[in-house]
Parts: sequence; C-alpha cells; structure tokens
Amino acid sequence: MGLTWRILLILLLAAPAYAQQKFITVASTTSTEQSGLFNHLLPIFEKKTGIQVRVVAQGTGQALSIGKRGDADVAFVHDKAAEEKLVAEGFFVDRREVMYNDFIIVGPKTDTARARGNDVVSGLKRIAEARAPFASRGDKSGTHAAELRLWQQAGIDPMQGKGSWYRETGSGMGPTLNTASGMNAYALADRGTWLSFKNRGELEIVVEGDQRLFNQYGVMLVNPAKHPHVKKADGMTFIDWVTSREGQNAIAGYKIGGEQLFFPNAAK
Amino acid sequence: MILPLALQQVSFSTGNRTIIEPLTLEIGAGPSTIILGANGAGKSVLMRLMHGLIAPTSGRVAWSGSDARRKQAMVFQRPVMLRRSALANVVYALKVAGIAAQERERFALEALAEVGLRQLAHRPARVLSGGEQQRLALARAWALHPEVLFLDEPTASLDPSATREIEAVIQAFDASGTKIVMATHNLGQARRLGDEVLFIHQGRLVERSPVDRFFTQPGSAEAAAFIRGELPWV
Amino acid sequence: MHEIAYFGNHLSKVGSLHMQEFPGIVAEARLWQIVWLSLQVSLSAVALASLMGLPLGAAMAVGRFPGRRAVIVLLNALMGLPPVVVGLAVYLLLSRAGPLGQLGLLFTPPAMVFAQTILILPIIAALCRQAVEDAWREYEEQLRSLGAEGVGAALTVLWDIRFSLLTAVLAGLGRASAEVGAVMIVGGNIDGVTRVMTTAIALETSKGDLPLALGLGIVLITIVLALNAAAYLVKEAAQRRYG
Repeated sequence: MGLTWRILLILLLAAPAYAQQKFITVASTTSTEQSGLFNHLLPIFEKKTGIQVRVVAQGTGQALSIGKRGDADVAFVHDKAAEEKLVAEGFFVDRREVMYNDFIIVGPKTDTARARGNDVVSGLKRIAEARAPFASRGDKSGTHAAELRLWQQAGIDPMQGKGSWYRETGSGMGPTLNTASGMNAYALADRGTWLSFKNRGELEIVVEGDQRLFNQYGVMLVNPAKHPHVKKADGMTFIDWVTSREGQNAIAGYKIGGEQLFFPNAAK
Repeated sequence: MILPLALQQVSFSTGNRTIIEPLTLEIGAGPSTIILGANGAGKSVLMRLMHGLIAPTSGRVAWSGSDARRKQAMVFQRPVMLRRSALANVVYALKVAGIAAQERERFALEALAEVGLRQLAHRPARVLSGGEQQRLALARAWALHPEVLFLDEPTASLDPSATREIEAVIQAFDASGTKIVMATHNLGQARRLGDEVLFIHQGRLVERSPVDRFFTQPGSAEAAAFIRGELPWV
Repeated sequence: MHEIAYFGNHLSKVGSLHMQEFPGIVAEARLWQIVWLSLQVSLSAVALASLMGLPLGAAMAVGRFPGRRAVIVLLNALMGLPPVVVGLAVYLLLSRAGPLGQLGLLFTPPAMVFAQTILILPIIAALCRQAVEDAWREYEEQLRSLGAEGVGAALTVLWDIRFSLLTAVLAGLGRASAEVGAVMIVGGNIDGVTRVMTTAIALETSKGDLPLALGLGIVLITIVLALNAAAYLVKEAAQRRYG
C-alpha cells in the first residue's frame, strides 16, 4: 500500500491535462517575475513559437539549485560570478548575457544618515557610521551577493551591526522592502522591483547612478549531458530568442510609468 | 444441539479484583434460566462469559455441538441499533449470519411481524421508542433462530407497559423452543418468566433451585435477604 | 511608538483601498482560474486522504496489535506536521535528482495534491480514529454478539457514523486550503499552472500589493466558509433522517 498506491492515484490525476502543449521550465528570480517583465515578454515568445514558458521564480540561490538538480530546463538569474562557476563545474551550458538593470538604495525621505547622492560606497559608509537601520535580503540571492560586494568595497563589515542596525530578513525583494518600509530603514533593491512596489511608505530612492550598481542578468541551459531529460531544443529556442533582436527589443519595450526597467545587452 | 453448556472452574478478574469466583455449573436445554442477583453481583459478566464476549481468566466455557457461536443471540439492556431502518437492522444481522441475499428481507419481515413491528419496518430504528427498539432487538435475535437467547436485564430501562410487551415476546421465544438465559434483578419478572433461578452474590453461585422453591423457601441467607429487598446492591 | 502609529494609519489605508478595488478583483478571469485550481487541488487531496485515512483511523480504533498506543501517539503528533517541511520532503522526492524524478511530477498540480494528501492524512486518520473509538464503545458488544468482527465490523461502524466523520474531513480541507508552504515549494507558484489562492496571496504580499492580497484572502475565506456551511446543513439533514 502506501507510496506505490499513492503514486498510481496521482498519475491518474496527472493523466488528462498535461499531454498537449509544449513547455519549458525556466528557473528565475523574484525580481524578474515581480517586476512584471515576464508577463510582458513571455506571451510574445509563446505566440511566436507555441512553447509555453513555465516560470518558477524563487530567488537566484534556489533557481540555480533547481537547475543543478535538473528540475528546470533554463536558468535566468543575475549573479554572474555564481553562474560562471556553475558553468565551469558543468551544471549549465551556453551562458549568454541578456540584459542589465541597476540597483538603487532606497531610504527614508528624511535621510537621517545623509546617504543621498550618486556614490554608493560613500552612501553605505554614512549609513554604517550613523548606524541607521538597513534591511538586507540575507538570502544568498543575486541582490544579496551584490549588496555584500558593495559593503566590501566600502570597507565595512555589516555583520558588526547584525542584530542592531543591520537587519537580515532572509527573504525576497518584496518582503524585504515591506520590512524596510515598516521600519523606515535603508535597503538595496533592484529598480525593477522598486518601480512596481506599491507599499513604499516613507521610502524613496536616495542613491542611484553609480556604475558599481550595475546588475547583469544571464540566461543559460541546464546541461543535457548531466540531465538527459532536459528540453534542449525548446530551451535553446528560448535562449536564442531572448538574445535575438526581437527578444532584446521586447525587453527594452517594457516600461512602468514610462520608465524602462531593463536594458538589453546581449552580445551581437 | 449446542446445549448443554458447561462452565468448568470459570473465573474472571481484572487487575486484582475478582469479579467471578471459580465457578462450575451446567446449563441444560429446556427450562428458562434466570440469573438473579443484586447490582454488581456479577450477573452481566457471567452472561458475557457464557456468550463468549469476554474470555475467562481461568477455566473453560464448553458448549456441546459445533458452531456454537452462531446459534446464540444476545439482547442487551440498551438496544444498539445502526442508523438505518428497522428492517435494515434485521437484514444486517442476517447478512452477518451468512443468510443468502434473496432470503434476507423475507426473514426480516417475518421477524418484525412476530414482535408486532411490521408497520414500523421502514422507520429509522433510532427514532423508535425505547420499548420499540428493544422489541426490534428481539426481532433481530428471532430472525437468527438461535438455540440460546441471552438477555441482560432487557427491561431495566423500560416502563411497565413496554416491559409487558417485551416479556410477551420472551415467552414466545420460550414457547418456540429457544433456551432462555436471562439476567435480572426484577423479582416479579423472574417469577413470571423463569423456570429455574441461579442466584449470584459477590461473584459466587450461592443457590440454584426451581423458581417456586427459590421464592418460597430460599436455601441461603443471602437469597432470603435479597428476596426481602435488603440486598439491592453489594 | 512611531511604528505603531504608522502601522495603524497604513492598515486603514489598506482597508479603504481594498473596498474600492474589490469589485475589480472579483471580476478578473484570472482570479477564478486560481480559485478553481485551488479547489481542485485541495478537494482532490481531501478525497485521497479520506480514502486512505478513514479506513486507517477505523482500523486503529478497532484493531489490537503490539505498539498500537505508540502508533496512535505518532499519528496524533503528525497532525502538526509543518507544511513547509512536507513540501521540502516531497520536493526532494519528486526532484529529477530524487528517487521519483522519472515521473516528472514536480511543479505540476498532481505534485501539489500529493504533498497536501500527505499533510492532511494524519489529521483525517487521527480524528476518525477518535470518532470510531467513541462509537466502538457503543457498538462493540452488539456487533460481536451478531458475529461481526475485524474489518467488517470496523467498516460497519465507519459507515454508520459517516456524518460525524464529516468533521474530520472538514478539518483536513481546512488545513489543505489554508497552507502555502507545501504547495509553494512543490508547485513553484507558476503563473497559470500551479498558482493557487494561498501562493497568489503570498506573491502579492511580497510585491507590496496588500489590497489585492487582502482581497484574495477574503475570497478564500468566503469559499471555505461556504463549504463548511454546506457540510453543516448536510449533517443536520442526515441527523433528522436517520436519528
């Protein structure tokens, strides 16, 4: 009884609906999904190719883990260092740069730490000196990795402030912004999520425009040599399209309130 | 024939309390046997030992003949009915007893008619009155045509008119040849329905005699006290 | 102090925003697709868990075997299984890198049904065991006197108390429709494929769209309330009919 029985029953349920349409599974990050980019981009792709794109969006760390396990066909994340490492280790192939957006630092209108400007390193230094509350994602995401690199560049170890002014939420961009909004804290966010975030409270952008806030997105195929069931052909169709002129134009065409969120930069 | 029933040094204890002291007796076919005694004397436990609902702590309960299990039936103080119609309850008992499907309804209706419940056959059993439910329990037992019918204080929860109806059915059982073994603490009932009396006191069989002699010339002090109404419980 | 005032102020804004947007939310076709999927997943899980859990509970109540009490305690404890832990365990099971990866069930509704079934099976079994055990005390002697034993007797009691068992089933349904941890991990919250009410609420909350999340929450609660009310009426009608 038990397990086998259950599986059979579930297969009975599974039988009907999933035969027909072609689909691929793309593991991506919460920033791409929550910014609404996929809602804009994917219908165009699906209409053209008839391939349904199923996006599992749960943060860069989890997306890469899902890809490593072979539970997705394609990964679409923003942590170049981690991506390249996994390609070197043979878990992914065919990595291509797709687009970039930028990070910003948001903070209370009153800007008690006087971090405002377009220099992220000095901004972070001022926040640390003032011991102003800072909400970090703390979840091994691409954004979190970028945040830690920036602290390093500013020569500051934020862990010194752990538990007092430096607060790790261990969650996605949205929840972290919710927390920052509730605590009137500073936070590092990607512009895309910020633009579609509705619960801003007293927060606004305090630091932007620094080259160091540049956030590169990459797309890559899960290695079929490691996971033979991976949908190589359809996965590559997606990767090719998103880096093609048509796909790149579609990315550029996505705007919120007239503002473009993502800037295509695939190699020509 | 599964009678006579022989109890050989049968005792029953739970924990360190002895409820039935080692008992040896024989129950034969024919006379209606009344098990009489005060509350807590051990009547119910003795009945259940005989019917096989509980196993004796020591000793043996030995029926003659084979397949004794199916040739007995028992009616309890409170009737237990399934949430179905009166007819369905009797049919259920026939099903468990292995009666063929085509025959069940017919036998069930006959049994209901026997106890005067034919009109209520399709009523939900649980909405019947206490007396009607107890009659239904008797119908259910009747349908099985048992050789021995055990009754554990069947009218203790009923009013006098319902009691009369039940006693009438019991007498019909008796007349049809079924051996009656009934526990009661109701002296009048014992006299009306019984042929012999087994008097139980504190888990021991104190006296066994024909019913008339028991009530007019009780052999033991406890029996005498009980009849006088001085031993309502132990 | 400032935090409390801020939160209170914000709550009232959320409430008023929600009121304006509610009709719009309800009109959305995508909302109803999400609701329908939620019902399919949770009701399927309840059906499967009942199919297995009710007989299991009855067997536990009536049967006597060594270690019975330990199993009962275990079953009761499993009622409190954290959904997210079940989700993780099922994910590892169904992942391509896991033992059942061949089935390709991860990130599909059947996987969600599987996880929820495991989650609510102990609830239905344990509550059923309690109900049957109570009823068994009433029925046991009479059934055994008639010659009904073991499986047959247990099933008879189970069927006889079927309307009381509705409580156990509803408890399972409540747990299934309320949880987000298991379906999020094994379903992946894929738009149009595995997004259910609870994962949609989690998503909208994390996007900061609190009025929408609240609206969805109200729809979910209303549906669960309606199901419970219907079940209650069925139970009452049965009581009148069968006594």
